[in-house]
Order: sequence, then C-alpha cells, then structure tokens
Amino acid sequence: MFWNLFSTFFKIGMFTFGGGWAMISIVQREVVEHHRWLTNDEFLDLITVTQSLPGILAVNMSVVIGDRLGKFKGSLCAALGTILPSFLIILAIAIFLTPETIKNNDVLNRIFMGIRPAVVALILVPVVTTAKAAKIGWKTVWIPVSVALLIWSGMPVVSNPILYIVLGGLFGYFYFKHRQLKHLKDSEK
Amino acid sequence: MIYLQLIWSYLKIGLFGFGGGYAMLSLIQSEVVLPGWITEQTFTDIVAISQMTPGPIGINSATYIGYAAPHLAGYDGIIYGILGSILCTTVVVIPPYILSRYAAHLLIRHKDSLVVKSVFAGLRPVVIGLIGSAALLLMNAANFGETSDQITKSICICAATFFMVYYTKVHPILYIILAGIAGFILY
Repeated sequence: MFWNLFSTFFKIGMFTFGGGWAMISIVQREVVEHHRWLTNDEFLDLITVTQSLPGILAVNMSVVIGDRLGKFKGSLCAALGTILPSFLIILAIAIFLTPETIKNNDVLNRIFMGIRPAVVALILVPVVTTAKAAKIGWKTVWIPVSVALLIWSGMPVVSNPILYIVLGGLFGYFYFKHRQLKHLKDSEK
Repeated sequence: MIYLQLIWSYLKIGLFGFGGGYAMLSLIQSEVVLPGWITEQTFTDIVAISQMTPGPIGINSATYIGYAAPHLAGYDGIIYGILGSILCTTVVVIPPYILSRYAAHLLIRHKDSLVVKSVFAGLRPVVIGLIGSAALLLMNAANFGETSDQITKSICICAATFFMVYYTKVHPILYIILAGIAGFILY
C-alpha cells in the first residue's frame, strides 16, 4: 500500500510537465479510475481544498490524498514520490549546468539569450488568462495593476509580495462578508 | 550564514505561496533574487529549465537555487550545493505539508463557508498582480539585452511567443525550444 502510493506519485511526478493544473487529470486517472482509492466526489472535494492552501499544488494534492489513505506514513510516501523525480532531475542539471557553464559556453549563451524573453512571455500569458477568468473589469483592474507596479518599484516594505497576500485576504474577508450580510438583511425586509 | 537565510526565505515562500507556480515567482524573486543569492539571469534560466523538465516550478527552483546559492556565496564543492538543495526543497514543502495534513479536514467541513470564499475572492486580483510583477521584474537588461539591436530581437521573440502561447494550445516546451533556436541563429 505505502509502496504503491509512493510509486504511483513518483510516476505522476516524473511525467507531469507544468505543475499542478496539468497534474489534476493524471492524478484523477490514477487514484480514482486505476487504483480506486477514492470515489470521484471524494477526489474533487480534496482538490477544492488543496487549491485554497498555500504552497505547491502538486505536493498539497499528494499530501491530502496520502493522508486520507494512510495517515502520516501515507502522506509522507505520497509527498516524497511527487518531489523526488523533479528533485533528482534538477539536481543533476544544477550540477552540470551551472550559471558559469551557461555564461562561458558560446552556444548555450546564445540559446539562453533567445529563451529569456520567451520566458517573460510565458509569464505574461497567465496574467491575461487569469484576469479574464477572474472577471477583472474596469472597476477592479486597479488592484492587480497597482500590486504589480508597487512590487516592481523595489521600494522598501511596499515591494514585498507577502504584504499584498495578507492585505488581499483581509480585504476579501471584510468586504465580501459585509456585502453578503447586507444582502441577507435586504432579503429579510 | 547562507543556509539559515535560504531556510528562512523558503519557509516564507512555502507559507505565502498562494495562487500557483507563476504567482510564487514574485515571492521567490523578492526572497532570493533581490538579496543577491542568485542573479536575475540565472533566475530566468531556472524558470525556462522548470518548463522543460517535469515537476512544479516551486520544487524545481528550490532545488536549483539551493544548489547554486552556496556556490555563489563562495562555498566550493558539490557537497555544499547538494546540502543546500536538500534543505531548500524540504523547507519549501514543510509549511504546506503541515497545513495540508492538519487544516484540510477543517477546510473540507467549511468549504462552502462565507469566510473561506471571501478570503479567496479578495486574493484573486492580488494573485494576478503578483504574476504581473514577476513578468515586469524580468523585463530588464539582464534578460532583454543592453544594445538596441539585442532589445529589438528580444521584444520580437517575447511578442511572438506571447501570441503563439495565447492563441494555440501547444505545450510551452515547444516555444522554449523555438526561442532557443531563434537565439542561436540571431546572435
């Protein structure tokens, strides 16, 4: 059982490119359809929860599923399985492809000069797609824009991303609770 | 002591890393690139390498930075790097590991509650800003070049990649490889 958990998540970790979101359907196939460890509803419940936890989605997912199936040992086996493949691959790359190697090798240097601006584009795409999914409009667009500019400014204190995560959570808590309460009172009238 | 500083940085990254890998990038930047543990170029290269290898960006960057940072700080020898990568990778998963094990039941019970929903409704626009700041911070001379010739080429590669990723459903790995080939030919 524990070995099964470890090897299943090792396999998943080995073959998922692009992290959490890409992983959900693969985990679903393994955990729900193949091993029948969880029903589909149980699985979806767990996934909803892991999305509201901080940290790496793929790891959270394996911890929650491992914990459900085998408590502490289960969560440890599943988490190790998820982490180990990428840890070993990146460690090998880090040893052989150090920043100096890239800088001192003409071919690698040219290749990475082309890749770096493409990476910026890869990060810009989710800005647009998540803004669309979150229905950001003219009234709310000032929030992401000012958060991005303030972090970018590099000024002390206000350029710390943690500040905005805390503020955003607090703001959401008070603002939406206030609106919901008002809504309840209005419907009582 | 570089290891203690890395541990402290990665604890914060693990604890406040809401909104997935790309949102986490701006945290990693402010915790690891700004203090100078690695350069901006290396950071961008790690994002590229993460896209081309399996596994989440959070783990990949912890492993690579954990290895590279002690070397840049003057600790020579593979063993210092391996120690750093084990430490960073472990530390970045500890806060979410604890929360996943002990807070998960609570959240399942309250998953439809107003509090949880409100907090996340407030976080959503912030997460978009975090990803945006990561992109803004990377649009610098280290990544786009210093001469006008380099900057023009870089902007073309960036714009072309953006539109191709946005309008097609092909995996980003393909575009990283294409950009690498473009760089090899252009420079």
